[in-house]
Amino acid sequence: MKSKKPSIPYIIWMVIFTMIPIVMIGYTAFTDENGSFTTEYFSNALYYGDVFAKSLWIAFLSTAICLLVAYPLAYLISNMKESTQNAVIMLLMIPMWMNFLLRIYAWVTLLQDNGPIDTALSLLGIHGTYIGNTGAVVLGMVYEYLPFMVLPIYTVMCKIDRSLIEAAQDLGSSGFSVIKKVVLPLSMPGVISGITMVFVPSASTFLVSQYLGGTDDIMIGDIIDKIFWTDQNTGSAISLILMVLIFVFLIIMNLFGDEEAIA
Amino acid sequence: MKKKKGIASKIYIALVFIFMYMPIAVLIFYSFNEGKTTVWKGFSMKWYIELFKDDNIMNALGNTLIIAVLASVFATILGTAGAVGISNFKGKKRLIIQNVSNIPIISPDIVMGVSLMLLFTTLGVIFNFEMGFVTVLISHICFCVPFVVLNVMPRIKKIDRSVYDAALDLGCNQWQAFYKVVIHEIMPGIFSGLLMSFTYSLDDFIITYFTRGAKFQNLSIEIYSMTHRRISPKINALSALLFLAILIIMIIINIRNRREERSKLQRA
Repeated sequence: MKSKKPSIPYIIWMVIFTMIPIVMIGYTAFTDENGSFTTEYFSNALYYGDVFAKSLWIAFLSTAICLLVAYPLAYLISNMKESTQNAVIMLLMIPMWMNFLLRIYAWVTLLQDNGPIDTALSLLGIHGTYIGNTGAVVLGMVYEYLPFMVLPIYTVMCKIDRSLIEAAQDLGSSGFSVIKKVVLPLSMPGVISGITMVFVPSASTFLVSQYLGGTDDIMIGDIIDKIFWTDQNTGSAISLILMVLIFVFLIIMNLFGDEEAIA
Repeated sequence: MKKKKGIASKIYIALVFIFMYMPIAVLIFYSFNEGKTTVWKGFSMKWYIELFKDDNIMNALGNTLIIAVLASVFATILGTAGAVGISNFKGKKRLIIQNVSNIPIISPDIVMGVSLMLLFTTLGVIFNFEMGFVTVLISHICFCVPFVVLNVMPRIKKIDRSVYDAALDLGCNQWQAFYKVVIHEIMPGIFSGLLMSFTYSLDDFIITYFTRGAKFQNLSIEIYSMTHRRISPKINALSALLFLAILIIMIIINIRNRREERSKLQRA
């Protein structure tokens, strides 16, 4: 019970399969084929600055839309009868269990030219292309990650003490200011973990834009995928930058979270 | 006024659910289409028959299940032992170990995928092997273990040390006491870690994609190569069947939970 020994296999495992690979990424990014130090690959990586910016922009849009849709939803669910709550949450989770590629492919089917949406809108006299643009990529992301936003917010809202809301009402708060002054501050930890859980995967995923986006919607994950097979050095440099960006983002979100905990 | 609000919120929830289920419904709908495109040509089961005739898909399904079972069991053993040991570290050391343990969870999948690929190709040159089943299995264990540790750790913290000491006083040897007290207490954590590992392994595409080598195929990879060609409605049939399987599993879990709750209430 007091022995540290059982963790030895796992610690060895972490050194080999977590730490060494990361060190290797760093090493590959900073050395050329002769093994001497170089920053050449980072200047190569900077060539993809636009792609980094676009990825962060798409991730930001997806996160914002997820938050706007999920927040009222979580609030409404947390106000339902408890047995209904469980059923609704389960229904929300079921699509998440479908394979990630199938979910994206489903949107390709829906949005493609002569697909169901195109056909239906054509009947109403609206003609257009609904796939191959940034909007379609954001839509796909929102579809992929919406439950990741709903769940943490819902969990936190369930824990809010109902008597606080009643007290606010008794003291003369209207419905809107109850939400603004009681529900919103108390649900902040859920919002923050929701933002993290949506932003990190949407900034770093690949394939979504290949399936739904146009040629200028290529994201950083797609670039890593494309480059890594031929140029591991530049691929490593881009991966390293992506990882640092994500870590910085997590640290910032953590700071917000702590502040809330103190206040 | 209040009634209006109720209707508005019901409409809102309904819209979100239409958004979540419409794509799946469309896939299932077209799985029964005689034709190959999204133009309806009449009802047919032929894509289901073709699906079962497709050896690649059946083989990939088998691989996915084997990897998921092996990875989740290994990860659970490694992670549970790890959590028990880590809980005996103190202060900074423990914080460092826990943070390293969380790296696979917080770092982007694609970065983990390419970093493991780098490791395996380098090791492959030294020890003369190629990526395949084993490297995929190791990679899956890598991203599963942290979830086991995260699920087991809080349970260990809650264990009352005096119960363990009492077991020793009452004549258990160390192993018996460990088994009867510690394992018993952390069992729910072990179980949810196992379940999470299993589902993450089933669903993974990105990490498998980078560590599979040239030949290994699992369901995600197979779906990837099928959707890239964008023609076969077999994918629709596959989606419909997977959806049905998920639905059945979720309903069973839900019924079991309800029964457990009821029996808990009765006991209380």
